Amino acid sequence: MLLKRLTEASGPSGFEGEVRDLIRTEAAPYADRMYTDALGSLIVETGLDKPGPRVLVAAHMDEVALMVVGFTANGLLRFRPIGGVDLRILVAKSVRVGKAKLYGVIGAKAVHLQEAGEREKPLALEQLFIDIGAVSEAQAKEHVQAGDIAVFTTEYEEMGDGRAKAKAFDDRVGCAVLLETMRGSFDVPVVFAFTVQEEIGLRGAGPVAYRVKPDVAFVIEGTVCNDVAQAPSHAEGTRLGAGPALSVVDRKTIVGRSMLDFLLETARAGDIPVQLRRVLGGANDAGAIHLTEMGIRSGAISVPTRYIHAPSQQISLEDYANTKRLLHSVLVNIGQEGALA
Amino acid sequence: MFDGKEWLCRLSAIDGTAGDEMRVAEAVIEAATPYVDETYVDSVGNAVLIRRGHSGGGPRVMLAAHMDEIGLLVREIDDAGFLRMAQAGGFDPRALLGQEVFVHGRERLLGIIGSKPPHLSTATERKKSVPLQDLFVDLGLPCADVHRLVQVGDRITVRKDVVPLLGERLAGKAMDDRASLVAMLVCLEELTHLRCSAEVMAVATVQEEIGCKGAEVAAYTLSPDLAIAIDVCHGETPGISDDRVQRLGEGPVVTFGPFIHPQLFTRLCDTAKRMRLPIQIEVAPGHTSTDADPIATVQAGVPTALVSIALRYMHTAVETLDYGDVVATGQLLAHCIAALEPAFVEGLTCY
Repeated sequence: MLLKRLTEASGPSGFEGEVRDLIRTEAAPYADRMYTDALGSLIVETGLDKPGPRVLVAAHMDEVALMVVGFTANGLLRFRPIGGVDLRILVAKSVRVGKAKLYGVIGAKAVHLQEAGEREKPLALEQLFIDIGAVSEAQAKEHVQAGDIAVFTTEYEEMGDGRAKAKAFDDRVGCAVLLETMRGSFDVPVVFAFTVQEEIGLRGAGPVAYRVKPDVAFVIEGTVCNDVAQAPSHAEGTRLGAGPALSVVDRKTIVGRSMLDFLLETARAGDIPVQLRRVLGGANDAGAIHLTEMGIRSGAISVPTRYIHAPSQQISLEDYANTKRLLHSVLVNIGQEGALA
Repeated sequence: MFDGKEWLCRLSAIDGTAGDEMRVAEAVIEAATPYVDETYVDSVGNAVLIRRGHSGGGPRVMLAAHMDEIGLLVREIDDAGFLRMAQAGGFDPRALLGQEVFVHGRERLLGIIGSKPPHLSTATERKKSVPLQDLFVDLGLPCADVHRLVQVGDRITVRKDVVPLLGERLAGKAMDDRASLVAMLVCLEELTHLRCSAEVMAVATVQEEIGCKGAEVAAYTLSPDLAIAIDVCHGETPGISDDRVQRLGEGPVVTFGPFIHPQLFTRLCDTAKRMRLPIQIEVAPGHTSTDADPIATVQAGVPTALVSIALRYMHTAVETLDYGDVVATGQLLAHCIAALEPAFVEGLTCY
């Protein structure tokens, strides 16, 4: 199960190795050329002999996580987040630390020992520690060093009605879409890129776009979805189960009108449900790609992801399937005369 | 061979809030059966495990460790099928955000306590914790299915398998008080190797977290000569002064104070000294908030003591302890009970 293996692999920004190795194995049978770049992104070129526009499809491998930065005298680990983590979701969760993947837990002061009103304030970074069970600083240092990373322990599981929960759907769901799409055959050269360090400033995608020099690019993401309990409709961002979400504007990119029209028309012709991403916050690799060199026309297609950047994220497997269908149709249609006119 | 660690992992993962402890009771009875003469579940749901002494007429000793864990209840099902919650035990709502849970409706359903994406929350918002009334459970089901499968009042438990840490340390959602159940099992197993004239009535109690209900009923029914409650106490935690907490891995914690029978306290300490077993002393100037409190005052009064296991992050999904303390607690109890002589027990009412 691709989604399970991808989401359960460890891959914080800058430490994507485990995810990269997994993808490399999966992609090998379909690649004309496969290589990594200076930052660690994995580039898989297909259809090199095909004429037509060179298409880049990108998904990022990295996930938000924690990094160990120090120790307390009694053996607890101090940490800082890698990427955008709301500290409030860390309390009472388990993580795996370092290369040895030691288990650790992030505890909190027992409710019985708190002063009145304490629970109204979130725990600050200085009050949060990873407990690996070490009895002293010396013992902790035998197993962990500063710079080791920690990721959530969440397992991939299906739940409810056609839903799945896991950590890191942002953006392993995009990686899975690329890997499954790669098995298809298209009339254009398609470069599938699995980028690094999206979560800490879209750092991997720019160099990939510079090297690949595509005529057009599509980013496949897991995006914010807050269609939950009494959230006002205008603050949902996207709606789970309503199909892949097309970016219009986010914090880094204004998607060109012709690109948006092409994606909408492709979805309409293929009878694929889509929605527009109705939120300005957040950004994705398109933000870096579309400004590369003389500019690259870019679009973004996202799988709505509830509780994004939290340990247990939720997607609709139907949205996932429809995202694959849409990307497939996009790659079929993009070669046609005037596709992006 | 009794594998206490394996049993602790199994017991901690079982869902069993106050009033719904049957699954825990079944497991405890299964684990205890090789070491006891009789087991039964009483009228309120306590699991009673009886091991008779090698000859009749020995002292009758009650042990108590509670089976229930803290939990939540479905308070409301909203128009979109999200569940709102009420407390059934003392949770800090800050430890619930983003947690996986099981909702015990017509079937057991996996849910997530949802959190707002950081992309959409403001800096001011992130400076406030999310109160319980704003937390919700997402079952990933259409509204009609939620209404078919769930009703107001259904129980919700945190989902967390035991996480093995370095050495003997373990973290889990219901170490409070399944760890004490295992200590009780260790004691019963240890007694099979000892000559013991006492009759041991080990009770896995119900409804401790909502006011020690089960222990009171059990003590009345069993009318023991003396009782020892087993529970967890706070382990050292950053930001808490040393006098309020005990250390993990440094032995059973024996409580001293007005709620505890002084001679029984001394006997436990002497037993530890005799066995060269390190213990820690906790002083409680008033109530202990454990099963020991109600047991001591049932009928004409029961000489009662309390032994605890130090535990960090109490009432969260990652309650952390040192398994060595669990074993040592069981051994301390067994050796204390096996050495009880009738004269000592009679003397407990002589001040």
